[in-house]
Amino acid sequence: KIEAAKSRFSTDAAPNTLSEITTYNNFYEFGWDKGDPARNARLLTTDPWAVEISGLVDRPGSYGLDDILKDAPLEERIYRFRCVEAWSMVIPWIGFELAHLLNKAGVQPGAKYVAFETLVRPEEMPGQTTRSLDWPYREGLRLDEAMHPLTILATGLYGEAMPNQNGAPIRLVVPWKYGFKSIKSIVSIRLTDTQPETTWNMQNAREYGFYSNVNPEVSHPRWSQASERRVGAGIFAGREDTVMFNGYGAEVAGLYAGMDLSKDY
Amino acid sequence: MAAVTDRINGLARRIPTGVVWAGATIPFVWLVWAAATNQLGADPVKAIELKLGLWGLQFLLASLCITPLRRLGLNLLRFRRALGVMAFFYIAMHFLAWVVLDMGLRWDEILRDLYKRPYIILGMVGLLAMLPLAVTSTNPAIRRLGPARWRRLHRLAYVAAMAGAAHFVILVKGWPAEPLLYAGAVAAVLLVRVRLPRPLRA
Repeated sequence: KIEAAKSRFSTDAAPNTLSEITTYNNFYEFGWDKGDPARNARLLTTDPWAVEISGLVDRPGSYGLDDILKDAPLEERIYRFRCVEAWSMVIPWIGFELAHLLNKAGVQPGAKYVAFETLVRPEEMPGQTTRSLDWPYREGLRLDEAMHPLTILATGLYGEAMPNQNGAPIRLVVPWKYGFKSIKSIVSIRLTDTQPETTWNMQNAREYGFYSNVNPEVSHPRWSQASERRVGAGIFAGREDTVMFNGYGAEVAGLYAGMDLSKDY
Repeated sequence: MAAVTDRINGLARRIPTGVVWAGATIPFVWLVWAAATNQLGADPVKAIELKLGLWGLQFLLASLCITPLRRLGLNLLRFRRALGVMAFFYIAMHFLAWVVLDMGLRWDEILRDLYKRPYIILGMVGLLAMLPLAVTSTNPAIRRLGPARWRRLHRLAYVAAMAGAAHFVILVKGWPAEPLLYAGAVAAVLLVRVRLPRPLRA
């Protein structure tokens, strides 16, 4: 059991069950089907693990997971999670603010973006033996998004270590963005002055923007984002309205003041 | 080869078509039971929707295999009506699952999807193409239309299969293999018809 403080950022909505959270995953490194990660991810070796922090930082280098966690202020963050495919869950993550790690590495004044990469290890990640995506999986945030207190690196859920299929041992969680922004099994964090390439944007820029904030008014070109189905709500539960910034507008809307979010989607 | 096809034809003649009708309803009965007993995983609605659509496409493909198989000497024509009507049944249930379970009867969103979303439009084209086929699947309807007109009308099955396969390919994120394999199968059963000699075409 991981000791973690409660957080004022937690929602009071009821979390999904552990079984729902761990059997319904998009993690293409382990296959296309949402059941594939639960079947295939046990192969993944997560110990030892290190994250390479590089780019515009004062203290670049390979940070071992123990080193990252030893002074990290762990909290339980019960967040809403909204997938770009228009389903959602509520997940009780255990994690700490990304800002904590970035400050430890020392962000240099010229840094404007943070680029993340997932592990590439085809012998343990069978999906990577196909070219379904351009590996490694890449994601990125603007520096102010990365430093926001809602943005966390999660290392567990439901009080236990992160299950492999959910992105063990350390993953990003950005609750006001579509789920694919919350990159899993991170091995590289790089501070840059230019907007980094991101996997789904590289795959189809018209459908997946760099920002990918949850926005009921901006449709995915192939489906509406106006509503979502809550996983676990029951067969006849229907849909809920999707809320701007996934309901975190009070905290994050200011980050995008003056921007046209139908263009910067 | 002829010996094998004769054996199979002989066997097929002894199977009542009722067996195919009954067999084709088994997946549906299983699905209802699995849904009622919570065995469809974390997102049962998506599972129901996907399975119904997939079975519809499979039955449609099976019905479209009857003609090419006849070219190889296999006569399974007696079973085509059951395969075709059950394809329509599964596609109609797939549509209902979308409207009721997935969209939760949000008519404004449903109507917007129906004119804005290419994959929804393609799915509707497929369903609507199958509707006249289902309606004219009875013996009196065939007699009333006459065999030539009935056969011409039932080429709508090609439209339904193409629309269904395209619907499957473009509704997913990225390019997974499964929808592409179905699209390839539909292309194959339609392409063999292009090269069939006239009298066999149907």
